[in-house]
Amino acid sequence: MYYRAKKVFILIVLHTFLISVALSCILPFFWMVNSSFKTEKEFMDDHGLKIATNPHWENYRILVVEKQFWLYFLNSLFYTFITVFLIVIISSLAAFAFSRLQFPGKNVIFFMFLAAMMIPLPAGFVPLYVLLNKVHLINRSGYVLAMVNMGLSLSIYLLKTFFDQLPRDLEDAARIDGCNRLQIWWNVGMPLVAPALGVVIVFNALNVWNEFVLASLMFTDDRLMPLQVALMEIYHRNIVAHSLIMAALTIAALPIILLYLSMQKHFIKGLTATEVVG
Amino acid sequence: MRENSASDNFKNFLFILPALLIFSIFYIYPFFYTFILSFHRYDFISEFKFVGWDNFKEVLIYGKDWWSSIYRGGFITFWALTFQNMLAFALALAADRLTRTGKIYRVIFFVLPVLSEVIIGLLMQQMLATAPQGGDVLNHMLKNLGLASLTRDWMANDRVLLTTAIVHCWKGFGWAFVLIFAGLQTIPEQLYEAARIDGASWWQSFTNIVVPLLMPVLALVMVLTVLGTMQAFAMILALTRGAGGLTEVPVMKIYDHVRSSQVGLACAEGIVLGVILVAFSFTMLYISKQIRKKYDVLPG
Repeated sequence: MYYRAKKVFILIVLHTFLISVALSCILPFFWMVNSSFKTEKEFMDDHGLKIATNPHWENYRILVVEKQFWLYFLNSLFYTFITVFLIVIISSLAAFAFSRLQFPGKNVIFFMFLAAMMIPLPAGFVPLYVLLNKVHLINRSGYVLAMVNMGLSLSIYLLKTFFDQLPRDLEDAARIDGCNRLQIWWNVGMPLVAPALGVVIVFNALNVWNEFVLASLMFTDDRLMPLQVALMEIYHRNIVAHSLIMAALTIAALPIILLYLSMQKHFIKGLTATEVVG
Repeated sequence: MRENSASDNFKNFLFILPALLIFSIFYIYPFFYTFILSFHRYDFISEFKFVGWDNFKEVLIYGKDWWSSIYRGGFITFWALTFQNMLAFALALAADRLTRTGKIYRVIFFVLPVLSEVIIGLLMQQMLATAPQGGDVLNHMLKNLGLASLTRDWMANDRVLLTTAIVHCWKGFGWAFVLIFAGLQTIPEQLYEAARIDGASWWQSFTNIVVPLLMPVLALVMVLTVLGTMQAFAMILALTRGAGGLTEVPVMKIYDHVRSSQVGLACAEGIVLGVILVAFSFTMLYISKQIRKKYDVLPG
Protein backbone atom coordinates (compact mmCIF):
# COMPACT_ATOMS: atom_id res chain seq x y z
CA MET A 1 0.00 0.00 0.00
CA TYR A 2 2.76 2.38 0.92
CA TYR A 3 4.56 1.54 -2.30
CA ARG A 4 1.47 2.25 -4.38
CA ALA A 5 0.83 5.58 -2.72
CA LYS A 6 4.41 6.56 -3.29
CA LYS A 7 4.15 5.62 -6.94
CA VAL A 8 0.98 7.65 -7.44
CA PHE A 9 2.54 10.60 -5.67
CA ILE A 10 5.60 10.45 -7.93
CA LEU A 11 3.36 10.26 -11.00
CA ILE A 12 1.42 13.33 -9.87
CA VAL A 13 4.62 15.29 -9.30
CA LEU A 14 6.02 14.27 -12.70
CA HIS A 15 2.84 15.16 -14.54
CA THR A 16 2.48 18.49 -12.75
CA PHE A 17 6.01 19.40 -13.76
CA LEU A 18 5.58 18.29 -17.36
CA ILE A 19 2.12 19.78 -17.79
CA SER A 20 3.09 23.16 -16.38
CA VAL A 21 5.98 23.43 -18.83
CA ALA A 22 3.78 22.13 -21.65
CA LEU A 23 1.19 24.80 -20.86
CA SER A 24 3.84 27.48 -21.11
CA CYS A 25 4.49 26.20 -24.63
CA ILE A 26 0.86 26.04 -25.71
CA LEU A 27 -0.87 28.97 -24.04
CA PRO A 28 0.98 31.76 -25.88
CA PHE A 29 -0.24 30.33 -29.16
CA PHE A 30 -3.85 30.12 -28.01
CA TRP A 31 -3.51 33.68 -26.86
CA MET A 32 -2.04 34.63 -30.23
CA VAL A 33 -4.92 33.10 -32.21
CA ASN A 34 -7.48 34.47 -29.78
CA SER A 35 -6.11 38.02 -29.91
CA SER A 36 -6.02 37.99 -33.69
CA PHE A 37 -9.85 37.81 -33.67
CA LYS A 38 -10.26 40.96 -31.63
CA THR A 39 -10.57 44.57 -32.59
CA GLU A 40 -7.80 46.80 -31.37
CA LYS A 41 -10.16 48.30 -28.80
CA GLU A 42 -11.19 44.91 -27.42
CA PHE A 43 -7.54 43.98 -27.23
CA MET A 44 -6.70 47.09 -25.23
CA ASP A 45 -9.56 46.30 -22.83
CA ASP A 46 -8.78 42.68 -22.01
CA HIS A 47 -5.28 42.18 -23.47
CA GLY A 48 -6.50 39.19 -25.40
CA LEU A 49 -7.07 37.27 -22.18
CA LYS A 50 -10.82 36.76 -22.71
CA ILE A 51 -12.06 34.34 -25.34
CA ALA A 52 -13.14 36.17 -28.47
CA THR A 53 -16.87 35.30 -28.48
CA ASN A 54 -17.69 37.00 -31.73
CA PRO A 55 -14.64 36.47 -33.89
CA HIS A 56 -13.71 39.52 -35.81
CA TRP A 57 -12.10 38.80 -39.18
CA GLU A 58 -11.17 42.37 -39.99
CA ASN A 59 -7.48 41.86 -39.16
CA TYR A 60 -7.23 39.02 -41.62
CA ARG A 61 -9.07 41.03 -44.24
CA ILE A 62 -6.64 43.93 -43.80
CA LEU A 63 -3.65 41.61 -44.03
CA VAL A 64 -4.82 39.72 -47.05
CA VAL A 65 -6.49 42.48 -49.04
CA GLU A 66 -4.62 45.64 -48.07
CA LYS A 67 -1.20 44.36 -47.00
CA GLN A 68 -0.98 41.66 -49.65
CA PHE A 69 0.08 39.11 -47.10
CA TRP A 70 -0.72 36.26 -49.45
CA LEU A 71 2.10 37.52 -51.65
CA TYR A 72 4.70 37.00 -48.90
CA PHE A 73 3.20 33.65 -48.16
CA LEU A 74 3.49 32.64 -51.80
CA ASN A 75 7.05 34.02 -51.92
CA SER A 76 8.03 31.85 -48.98
CA LEU A 77 6.33 28.85 -50.56
CA PHE A 78 8.14 29.53 -53.81
CA TYR A 79 11.60 29.87 -52.23
CA THR A 80 11.04 26.82 -50.07
CA PHE A 81 9.73 24.65 -52.86
CA ILE A 82 12.42 25.51 -55.42
CA THR A 83 15.25 25.28 -52.89
CA VAL A 84 14.15 21.93 -51.51
CA PHE A 85 13.59 20.55 -54.97
CA LEU A 86 17.08 21.56 -56.08
CA ILE A 87 18.68 20.28 -52.89
CA VAL A 88 16.98 16.89 -53.24
CA ILE A 89 18.15 16.45 -56.82
CA ILE A 90 21.67 17.84 -56.42
CA SER A 91 22.48 16.26 -53.08
CA SER A 92 21.12 12.83 -53.97
CA LEU A 93 23.13 12.82 -57.18
CA ALA A 94 26.26 13.75 -55.25
CA ALA A 95 25.55 11.35 -52.39
CA PHE A 96 24.98 8.52 -54.83
CA ALA A 97 28.29 9.27 -56.51
CA PHE A 98 30.17 9.53 -53.21
CA SER A 99 28.73 6.22 -52.10
CA ARG A 100 28.81 4.15 -55.30
CA LEU A 101 30.92 5.65 -58.06
CA GLN A 102 34.65 6.05 -58.50
CA PHE A 103 36.34 9.22 -59.61
CA PRO A 104 39.60 10.95 -58.74
CA GLY A 105 39.58 13.30 -55.76
CA LYS A 106 36.47 11.68 -54.32
CA ASN A 107 37.64 11.58 -50.71
CA VAL A 108 39.09 15.07 -50.75
CA ILE A 109 35.88 16.56 -52.09
CA PHE A 110 33.73 14.65 -49.63
CA PHE A 111 35.97 15.81 -46.80
CA MET A 112 35.45 19.39 -47.94
CA PHE A 113 31.70 19.02 -47.60
CA LEU A 114 32.18 17.49 -44.16
CA ALA A 115 34.49 20.29 -43.06
CA ALA A 116 31.91 22.85 -44.19
CA MET A 117 29.46 21.37 -41.69
CA MET A 118 31.95 21.52 -38.84
CA ILE A 119 33.20 25.07 -39.22
CA PRO A 120 30.80 27.65 -37.80
CA LEU A 121 30.55 30.72 -40.03
CA PRO A 122 28.80 33.34 -37.93
CA ALA A 123 29.37 35.99 -40.58
CA GLY A 124 28.90 33.74 -43.58
CA PHE A 125 26.11 35.95 -44.83
CA VAL A 126 28.43 38.96 -45.21
CA PRO A 127 30.72 37.80 -48.05
CA LEU A 128 27.76 36.01 -49.61
CA TYR A 129 25.80 39.25 -49.72
CA VAL A 130 28.78 41.19 -51.08
CA LEU A 131 29.33 38.54 -53.73
CA LEU A 132 25.70 38.44 -54.83
CA ASN A 133 25.71 42.21 -54.89
CA LYS A 134 28.76 42.26 -57.18
CA VAL A 135 27.43 39.75 -59.68
CA HIS A 136 23.95 41.33 -59.62
CA LEU A 137 22.22 38.30 -58.17
CA ILE A 138 20.28 40.24 -55.55
CA ASN A 139 17.10 38.55 -56.69
CA ARG A 140 15.15 35.35 -56.38
CA SER A 141 17.65 33.11 -58.12
CA GLY A 142 20.59 34.41 -56.09
CA TYR A 143 18.72 33.81 -52.87
CA VAL A 144 17.58 30.33 -53.87
CA LEU A 145 21.11 29.29 -54.89
CA ALA A 146 22.56 30.60 -51.62
CA MET A 147 19.92 28.68 -49.67
CA VAL A 148 20.59 25.53 -51.70
CA ASN A 149 24.22 25.80 -50.66
CA MET A 150 23.25 26.16 -46.99
CA GLY A 151 21.48 22.81 -46.95
CA LEU A 152 23.76 20.97 -49.28
CA SER A 153 26.51 19.61 -47.02
CA LEU A 154 24.24 18.09 -44.41
CA SER A 155 21.90 16.63 -47.03
CA ILE A 156 24.76 15.01 -48.92
CA TYR A 157 26.14 13.61 -45.70
CA LEU A 158 22.78 12.18 -44.58
CA LEU A 159 22.02 10.64 -47.94
CA LYS A 160 25.54 9.24 -48.37
CA THR A 161 25.43 7.42 -45.04
CA PHE A 162 22.03 6.05 -46.05
CA PHE A 163 23.27 4.93 -49.47
CA ASP A 164 26.24 3.24 -47.79
CA GLN A 165 23.92 1.00 -45.80
CA LEU A 166 21.93 -0.20 -48.78
CA PRO A 167 22.77 -3.56 -50.37
CA ARG A 168 24.31 -3.34 -53.81
CA ASP A 169 22.44 -6.34 -55.20
CA LEU A 170 19.54 -4.36 -56.58
CA GLU A 171 21.87 -1.98 -58.38
CA ASP A 172 23.86 -4.88 -59.81
CA ALA A 173 20.63 -6.42 -61.04
CA ALA A 174 19.63 -3.13 -62.64
CA ARG A 175 23.03 -2.83 -64.25
CA ILE A 176 22.80 -6.30 -65.71
CA ASP A 177 19.39 -5.36 -67.07
CA GLY A 178 21.10 -2.54 -68.90
CA CYS A 179 20.44 0.51 -66.74
CA ASN A 180 23.02 3.26 -66.92
CA ARG A 181 24.26 5.18 -63.88
CA LEU A 182 21.61 7.86 -64.14
CA GLN A 183 18.83 5.30 -64.42
CA ILE A 184 20.17 3.36 -61.43
CA TRP A 185 20.25 6.56 -59.38
CA TRP A 186 16.69 7.48 -60.32
CA ASN A 187 15.00 4.08 -60.49
CA VAL A 188 16.83 2.16 -57.78
CA GLY A 189 18.65 4.62 -55.56
CA MET A 190 15.97 7.27 -55.06
CA PRO A 191 13.14 4.92 -54.04
CA LEU A 192 15.43 3.15 -51.59
CA VAL A 193 16.59 6.34 -49.84
CA ALA A 194 13.03 7.65 -49.53
CA PRO A 195 13.10 7.59 -45.70
CA ALA A 196 16.26 9.70 -45.65
CA LEU A 197 14.81 11.98 -48.30
CA GLY A 198 11.91 12.70 -45.95
CA VAL A 199 14.35 13.96 -43.35
CA VAL A 200 16.27 15.98 -45.92
CA ILE A 201 13.07 17.57 -47.23
CA VAL A 202 11.71 18.55 -43.82
CA PHE A 203 15.04 19.81 -42.53
CA ASN A 204 15.67 21.99 -45.56
CA ALA A 205 12.09 23.17 -45.96
CA LEU A 206 12.02 24.45 -42.39
CA ASN A 207 15.45 25.96 -42.80
CA VAL A 208 14.39 28.00 -45.83
CA TRP A 209 10.94 28.82 -44.51
CA ASN A 210 12.42 30.16 -41.26
CA GLU A 211 15.47 31.89 -42.73
CA PHE A 212 15.60 35.56 -41.91
CA VAL A 213 19.09 37.11 -42.00
CA LEU A 214 20.07 36.76 -45.64
CA ALA A 215 16.53 37.40 -46.86
CA SER A 216 16.27 40.61 -44.86
CA LEU A 217 19.52 41.88 -46.37
CA MET A 218 18.61 40.89 -49.90
CA PHE A 219 14.94 41.70 -50.31
CA THR A 220 14.24 45.33 -49.71
CA ASP A 221 11.63 45.14 -52.44
CA ASP A 222 8.20 44.36 -51.02
CA ARG A 223 7.23 42.05 -53.84
CA LEU A 224 10.12 39.65 -53.21
CA MET A 225 9.98 39.44 -49.41
CA PRO A 226 9.49 36.05 -47.80
CA LEU A 227 7.16 35.73 -44.84
CA GLN A 228 9.76 36.14 -42.08
CA VAL A 229 10.98 39.48 -43.41
CA ALA A 230 7.41 40.62 -44.07
CA LEU A 231 6.48 39.85 -40.46
CA MET A 232 9.23 42.16 -39.22
CA GLU A 233 8.18 44.84 -41.70
CA ILE A 234 4.53 44.65 -40.73
CA TYR A 235 5.53 44.88 -37.10
CA HIS A 236 7.71 47.92 -37.71
CA ARG A 237 5.02 49.70 -39.72
CA ASN A 238 2.14 48.93 -37.34
CA ILE A 239 3.81 48.81 -33.95
CA VAL A 240 0.69 49.68 -32.00
CA ALA A 241 -1.74 47.50 -33.98
CA HIS A 242 -1.36 44.53 -31.67
CA SER A 243 -4.23 42.40 -32.87
CA LEU A 244 -3.17 42.94 -36.48
CA ILE A 245 0.35 41.69 -35.65
CA MET A 246 -1.20 38.71 -33.91
CA ALA A 247 -3.19 37.90 -37.04
CA ALA A 248 -0.01 38.10 -39.11
CA LEU A 249 1.80 35.80 -36.67
CA THR A 250 -1.13 33.40 -36.77
CA ILE A 251 -1.04 33.23 -40.55
CA ALA A 252 2.69 32.53 -40.40
CA ALA A 253 2.67 30.07 -37.50
CA LEU A 254 -0.51 28.06 -37.83
CA PRO A 255 0.28 26.24 -41.10
CA ILE A 256 3.66 25.20 -39.70
CA ILE A 257 2.12 24.03 -36.43
CA LEU A 258 -0.55 22.00 -38.25
CA LEU A 259 1.98 20.53 -40.65
CA TYR A 260 4.22 19.68 -37.72
CA LEU A 261 1.43 17.96 -35.81
CA SER A 262 0.45 15.89 -38.82
CA MET A 263 3.98 14.63 -39.46
CA GLN A 264 5.87 15.29 -36.26
CA LYS A 265 8.18 12.26 -36.54
CA HIS A 266 9.73 13.64 -39.71
CA PHE A 267 10.08 17.07 -38.14
CA ILE A 268 11.83 15.77 -35.06
CA LYS A 269 14.19 13.64 -37.14
CA GLY A 270 14.78 16.51 -39.53
CA LEU A 271 15.54 19.13 -36.93
CA THR A 272 17.80 16.88 -34.90
CA ALA A 273 19.63 15.85 -38.07
CA THR A 274 22.44 18.18 -37.04
CA GLU A 275 23.11 15.67 -34.28
CA VAL A 276 24.89 13.35 -36.69
CA VAL A 277 27.63 15.90 -37.24
CA GLY A 278 28.94 15.47 -33.72
CA MET B 1 33.06 -3.74 -60.58
CA ARG B 2 33.85 -2.50 -64.01
CA GLU B 3 37.23 -1.04 -64.73
CA ASN B 4 37.42 2.73 -64.65
CA SER B 5 38.22 4.38 -67.93
CA ALA B 6 38.82 8.09 -68.23
CA SER B 7 35.40 8.63 -69.73
CA ASP B 8 33.84 6.64 -66.88
CA ASN B 9 35.61 8.80 -64.36
CA PHE B 10 34.36 11.87 -66.10
CA LYS B 11 30.78 10.62 -66.25
CA ASN B 12 30.92 9.74 -62.56
CA PHE B 13 32.32 13.16 -61.80
CA LEU B 14 29.32 14.76 -63.50
CA PHE B 15 27.15 13.44 -60.65
CA ILE B 16 28.83 15.69 -58.11
CA LEU B 17 29.44 18.58 -60.47
CA PRO B 18 26.26 20.56 -59.63
CA ALA B 19 26.90 20.19 -55.92
CA LEU B 20 30.55 21.08 -56.31
CA LEU B 21 29.77 24.15 -58.42
CA ILE B 22 27.26 25.58 -55.98
CA PHE B 23 29.49 24.70 -53.06
CA SER B 24 32.50 26.40 -54.63
CA ILE B 25 30.66 29.56 -55.56
CA PHE B 26 28.54 29.96 -52.44
CA TYR B 27 30.73 28.43 -49.76
CA ILE B 28 34.42 28.10 -50.63
CA TYR B 29 34.71 31.38 -52.48
CA PRO B 30 32.89 33.43 -49.81
CA PHE B 31 34.92 31.65 -47.15
CA PHE B 32 38.20 33.00 -48.51
CA TYR B 33 36.53 36.21 -49.59
CA THR B 34 35.83 36.94 -45.91
CA PHE B 35 39.55 37.05 -45.21
CA ILE B 36 40.21 39.32 -48.18
CA LEU B 37 37.36 41.64 -47.24
CA SER B 38 38.51 41.83 -43.63
CA PHE B 39 41.72 43.55 -44.75
CA HIS B 40 39.85 46.10 -46.83
CA ARG B 41 37.47 48.94 -46.43
CA TYR B 42 34.43 48.48 -48.61
CA ASP B 43 31.00 50.11 -48.63
CA PHE B 44 29.24 48.50 -51.63
CA ILE B 45 29.82 51.62 -53.74
CA SER B 46 33.48 52.59 -53.98
CA GLU B 47 36.37 50.24 -54.77
CA PHE B 48 38.10 48.06 -52.17
CA LYS B 49 40.65 49.98 -50.15
CA PHE B 50 43.42 47.99 -48.51
CA VAL B 51 43.76 48.94 -44.85
CA GLY B 52 45.98 46.15 -43.50
CA TRP B 53 45.19 45.08 -39.96
CA ASP B 54 43.07 48.15 -39.22
CA ASN B 55 39.77 46.28 -39.10
CA PHE B 56 41.16 43.68 -36.72
CA LYS B 57 42.73 46.37 -34.56
CA GLU B 58 39.41 48.12 -34.40
CA VAL B 59 37.71 44.90 -33.33
CA LEU B 60 40.31 43.42 -31.01
CA ILE B 61 41.88 46.46 -29.39
CA TYR B 62 39.46 49.37 -29.68
CA GLY B 63 36.33 47.26 -29.97
CA LYS B 64 34.86 47.85 -26.54
CA ASP B 65 31.38 47.50 -28.04
CA TRP B 66 32.40 44.28 -29.72
CA TRP B 67 33.65 42.67 -26.53
CA SER B 68 30.56 43.74 -24.65
CA SER B 69 28.45 42.12 -27.38
CA ILE B 70 30.51 38.95 -26.85
CA TYR B 71 29.82 39.30 -23.14
CA ARG B 72 26.07 39.58 -23.80
CA GLY B 73 26.19 36.55 -26.09
CA GLY B 74 28.12 34.73 -23.38
CA PHE B 75 25.57 35.75 -20.76
CA ILE B 76 22.72 34.29 -22.81
CA THR B 77 24.83 31.21 -23.53
CA PHE B 78 25.47 30.75 -19.81
CA TRP B 79 21.71 30.70 -19.17
CA ALA B 80 21.14 28.36 -22.09
CA LEU B 81 23.82 25.99 -20.82
CA THR B 82 22.58 25.94 -17.25
CA PHE B 83 18.88 26.76 -17.11
CA GLN B 84 17.78 25.52 -20.54
CA ASN B 85 19.74 22.29 -20.53
CA MET B 86 18.99 21.43 -16.92
CA LEU B 87 15.31 22.03 -17.53
CA ALA B 88 15.49 19.85 -20.63
CA PHE B 89 17.35 17.15 -18.70
CA ALA B 90 14.85 17.22 -15.84
CA LEU B 91 11.90 17.09 -18.23
CA ALA B 92 13.48 14.24 -20.16
CA LEU B 93 14.07 12.28 -16.97
CA ALA B 94 10.45 12.85 -15.98
CA ALA B 95 9.06 11.93 -19.39
CA ASP B 96 11.28 8.85 -19.56
CA ARG B 97 9.55 7.40 -16.50
CA LEU B 98 6.14 7.67 -18.19
CA THR B 99 5.83 4.90 -20.68
CA ARG B 100 2.82 6.07 -22.64
CA THR B 101 2.50 9.82 -22.24
CA GLY B 102 6.19 10.69 -22.58
CA LYS B 103 5.97 10.95 -26.35
CA ILE B 104 3.00 13.35 -26.18
CA TYR B 105 5.13 15.79 -24.21
CA ARG B 106 7.85 15.45 -26.80
CA VAL B 107 5.39 16.58 -29.47
CA ILE B 108 4.36 19.61 -27.41
CA PHE B 109 7.85 20.70 -26.37
CA PHE B 110 9.12 20.52 -29.91
CA VAL B 111 6.64 23.05 -31.28
CA LEU B 112 8.86 25.95 -30.27
CA PRO B 113 12.05 24.86 -32.06
CA VAL B 114 9.99 24.22 -35.20
CA LEU B 115 8.68 27.78 -35.37
CA SER B 116 10.87 30.56 -36.70
CA GLU B 117 12.87 32.88 -34.51
CA VAL B 118 10.95 35.88 -35.83
CA ILE B 119 7.58 34.42 -34.85
CA ILE B 120 8.77 33.50 -31.36
CA GLY B 121 10.50 36.86 -30.91
CA LEU B 122 7.52 38.94 -32.00
CA LEU B 123 5.05 36.84 -30.02
CA MET B 124 7.06 37.19 -26.83
CA GLN B 125 7.62 40.87 -27.52
CA GLN B 126 3.85 41.33 -27.60
CA MET B 127 3.43 39.35 -24.41
CA LEU B 128 6.20 40.96 -22.38
CA ALA B 129 6.67 44.56 -23.51
CA THR B 130 4.51 47.24 -21.97
CA ALA B 131 2.13 49.33 -24.04
CA PRO B 132 2.30 50.93 -26.51
CA GLN B 133 4.95 48.67 -28.10
CA GLY B 134 3.67 45.45 -26.61
CA GLY B 135 0.50 44.10 -25.12
CA ASP B 136 1.88 43.80 -21.58
CA VAL B 137 0.04 40.51 -21.35
CA LEU B 138 2.12 38.59 -18.86
CA ASN B 139 1.68 41.34 -16.29
CA HIS B 140 -2.09 41.35 -16.76
CA MET B 141 -2.14 37.60 -16.50
CA LEU B 142 -0.26 37.78 -13.23
CA LYS B 143 -2.63 40.48 -11.97
CA ASN B 144 -5.65 38.35 -12.84
CA LEU B 145 -4.10 35.45 -10.96
CA GLY B 146 -3.66 37.66 -7.90
CA LEU B 147 0.10 37.81 -8.23
CA ALA B 148 0.27 41.57 -8.73
CA SER B 149 3.50 41.70 -6.71
CA LEU B 150 5.28 39.77 -9.47
CA THR B 151 4.42 42.22 -12.22
CA ARG B 152 7.26 44.29 -13.55
CA ASP B 153 8.54 45.89 -16.70
CA TRP B 154 10.20 42.87 -18.28
CA MET B 155 11.91 45.02 -20.84
CA ALA B 156 13.36 47.51 -18.36
CA ASN B 157 16.98 48.42 -19.00
CA ASP B 158 18.40 46.37 -16.18
CA ARG B 159 16.28 43.34 -16.95
CA VAL B 160 16.00 43.11 -20.71
CA LEU B 161 19.10 40.96 -21.20
CA LEU B 162 17.90 38.41 -18.66
CA THR B 163 14.45 38.39 -20.24
CA THR B 164 16.05 37.76 -23.61
CA ALA B 165 18.08 34.89 -22.18
CA ILE B 166 14.97 33.30 -20.66
CA VAL B 167 12.99 33.62 -23.88
CA HIS B 168 15.92 32.08 -25.72
CA CYS B 169 15.91 29.16 -23.27
CA TRP B 170 12.15 28.83 -23.68
CA LYS B 171 12.50 28.54 -27.43
CA GLY B 172 15.43 26.14 -27.23
CA PHE B 173 14.73 23.72 -24.42
CA GLY B 174 12.46 21.49 -26.54
CA TRP B 175 15.30 20.78 -28.89
CA ALA B 176 17.66 19.77 -26.06
CA PHE B 177 14.80 17.77 -24.56
CA VAL B 178 14.36 15.71 -27.73
CA LEU B 179 18.06 14.84 -27.93
CA ILE B 180 18.35 13.92 -24.25
CA PHE B 181 15.03 12.05 -24.26
CA ALA B 182 16.17 9.99 -27.26
CA GLY B 183 19.41 9.25 -25.41
CA LEU B 184 17.53 8.14 -22.31
CA GLN B 185 15.30 5.82 -24.32
CA THR B 186 18.33 3.91 -25.61
CA ILE B 187 19.38 2.94 -22.07
CA PRO B 188 18.16 -0.64 -21.61
CA GLU B 189 15.57 -1.18 -18.89
CA GLN B 190 17.53 -4.18 -17.55
CA LEU B 191 20.27 -1.89 -16.26
CA TYR B 192 17.83 -0.09 -13.99
CA GLU B 193 16.33 -3.38 -12.86
CA ALA B 194 19.72 -4.87 -12.10
CA ALA B 195 20.59 -1.76 -10.11
CA ARG B 196 17.30 -1.92 -8.21
CA ILE B 197 17.85 -5.58 -7.35
CA ASP B 198 21.30 -4.68 -6.09
CA GLY B 199 19.59 -2.16 -3.83
CA ALA B 200 20.65 1.02 -5.58
CA SER B 201 18.71 4.17 -4.76
CA TRP B 202 17.30 6.45 -7.47
CA TRP B 203 20.23 8.80 -7.05
CA GLN B 204 22.75 5.98 -7.30
CA SER B 205 21.33 4.62 -10.51
CA PHE B 206 21.16 8.19 -11.83
CA THR B 207 24.82 8.91 -11.20
CA ASN B 208 26.08 5.44 -12.11
CA ILE B 209 23.90 4.54 -15.07
CA VAL B 210 22.23 7.58 -16.58
CA VAL B 211 25.02 10.14 -16.38
CA PRO B 212 27.84 7.98 -17.77
CA LEU B 213 25.75 6.51 -20.56
CA LEU B 214 24.36 9.90 -21.49
CA MET B 215 27.73 11.66 -21.46
CA PRO B 216 28.16 11.69 -25.26
CA VAL B 217 24.67 13.12 -25.76
CA LEU B 218 25.12 15.72 -23.04
CA ALA B 219 28.46 16.83 -24.45
CA LEU B 220 26.90 17.14 -27.89
CA VAL B 221 23.97 19.13 -26.56
CA MET B 222 26.37 21.45 -24.77
CA VAL B 223 28.51 22.07 -27.85
CA LEU B 224 25.48 22.69 -30.05
CA THR B 225 23.94 24.95 -27.40
CA VAL B 226 27.02 27.16 -27.32
CA LEU B 227 27.37 27.26 -31.11
CA GLY B 228 23.67 27.98 -31.56
CA THR B 229 23.35 30.58 -28.84
CA MET B 230 26.47 32.56 -29.69
CA GLN B 231 25.13 32.85 -33.24
CA ALA B 232 21.52 33.56 -32.26
CA PHE B 233 20.26 36.80 -33.63
CA ALA B 234 16.88 36.97 -35.38
CA MET B 235 14.87 36.09 -32.27
CA ILE B 236 16.66 38.77 -30.27
CA LEU B 237 16.15 41.33 -33.02
CA ALA B 238 12.43 40.57 -33.10
CA LEU B 239 12.13 40.55 -29.32
CA THR B 240 13.99 43.72 -28.41
CA ARG B 241 15.30 45.31 -31.60
CA GLY B 242 18.62 45.48 -29.75
CA ALA B 243 17.09 47.50 -26.89
CA GLY B 244 19.33 50.42 -27.71
CA GLY B 245 22.41 48.19 -27.56
CA LEU B 246 21.46 46.44 -24.32
CA THR B 247 20.81 43.13 -26.01
CA GLU B 248 23.18 43.59 -28.90
CA VAL B 249 24.73 40.17 -29.50
CA PRO B 250 27.76 39.54 -31.76
CA VAL B 251 25.89 38.56 -34.91
CA MET B 252 23.56 41.53 -34.52
CA LYS B 253 26.65 43.73 -34.44
CA ILE B 254 27.92 42.11 -37.64
CA TYR B 255 24.51 42.52 -39.27
CA ASP B 256 24.34 46.18 -38.29
CA HIS B 257 27.80 46.81 -39.70
CA VAL B 258 26.76 45.30 -43.02
CA ARG B 259 23.66 47.47 -43.02
CA SER B 260 25.78 50.54 -42.38
CA SER B 261 28.14 49.46 -45.19
CA GLN B 262 31.16 48.69 -43.00
CA VAL B 263 31.77 45.37 -44.70
CA GLY B 264 35.44 44.98 -43.81
CA LEU B 265 34.75 45.51 -40.15
CA ALA B 266 31.86 43.04 -40.24
CA CYS B 267 34.11 40.41 -41.80
CA ALA B 268 36.84 40.96 -39.23
CA GLU B 269 34.26 40.53 -36.47
CA GLY B 270 32.95 37.41 -38.14
CA ILE B 271 36.44 35.93 -38.27
CA VAL B 272 37.10 36.73 -34.62
CA LEU B 273 33.82 35.13 -33.55
CA GLY B 274 34.39 32.17 -35.87
CA VAL B 275 37.85 31.53 -34.41
CA ILE B 276 36.47 31.72 -30.88
CA LEU B 277 33.71 29.24 -31.71
CA VAL B 278 36.00 26.82 -33.57
CA ALA B 279 38.51 26.90 -30.70
CA PHE B 280 35.72 26.30 -28.24
CA SER B 281 34.07 23.44 -30.10
CA PHE B 282 37.33 21.61 -30.68
CA THR B 283 38.26 21.97 -27.02
CA MET B 284 34.85 20.64 -26.07
CA LEU B 285 35.15 17.72 -28.50
CA TYR B 286 38.54 16.89 -27.00
CA ILE B 287 37.22 17.09 -23.45
CA SER B 288 34.16 15.00 -24.25
CA LYS B 289 36.39 12.37 -25.83
CA GLN B 290 38.43 12.22 -22.64
CA ILE B 291 35.26 11.97 -20.56
CA ARG B 292 33.91 9.27 -22.84
CA LYS B 293 37.14 7.31 -22.39
CA LYS B 294 36.92 7.69 -18.63
CA TYR B 295 33.26 6.66 -18.43
CA ASP B 296 33.44 3.99 -21.09
CA VAL B 297 31.53 1.35 -19.16
CA LEU B 298 29.65 -0.17 -22.05
CA PRO B 299 30.86 -0.56 -25.60
CA GLY B 300 28.86 1.45 -28.12
